Amino acid sequence: MLIARVVGELVSTEKHPSHKSLKVLVVQPLNLDGTDSGDALVAVDSVQAGIGDQVLVATDGYAAFSSVGLPPSPIDIAVVGVIDRVDLSG
Amino acid sequence: MLLGKVVGRVWATVKNPSLEGQRLLIVQPLTPELKETGKQLVCADCTGAGAGELVYYCRGREASYAFLPEDVPSDSTIVGIVDELDVRRGTSC
Repeated sequence: MLIARVVGELVSTEKHPSHKSLKVLVVQPLNLDGTDSGDALVAVDSVQAGIGDQVLVATDGYAAFSSVGLPPSPIDIAVVGVIDRVDLSG
Repeated sequence: MLLGKVVGRVWATVKNPSLEGQRLLIVQPLTPELKETGKQLVCADCTGAGAGELVYYCRGREASYAFLPEDVPSDSTIVGIVDELDVRRGTSC
């Protein structure tokens, strides 16, 4: 899983039926120092995350569609947690 | 999934029978600020997207799940046409 920040929300009416009623977020993966890491991703939301939240993002398909309670669906990325704190030892 | 823009279309007469009837679109990946990023790719489509439209697409095995119960050999499929994109970077948390 990745640490990311929610930077946007996406509205779509023409979409795969499995995405109906799901919130779709734009998330920017982060390095541990908080800087951006690579390109932003589009993720479905399973935890009611909002813009500005630091979140945990699953990037495996099975994890992603099952996190929103769906059978196999065209969903490869999901927000699966809102991060309260990250501790780095050492 | 990733954001992208439809920039073209591919026609292939000879193709896997399971790709029969599928529209194959060329997609340019975009950042949330709608700047081009990375290489263009060919995506199948389950939304009826057209040239110039902002879309998001799914990659990997899950891309073929868009067509279940059919087994379509696609590793990138457009799964939504974007109507609105609200991006707010720099929001503190």
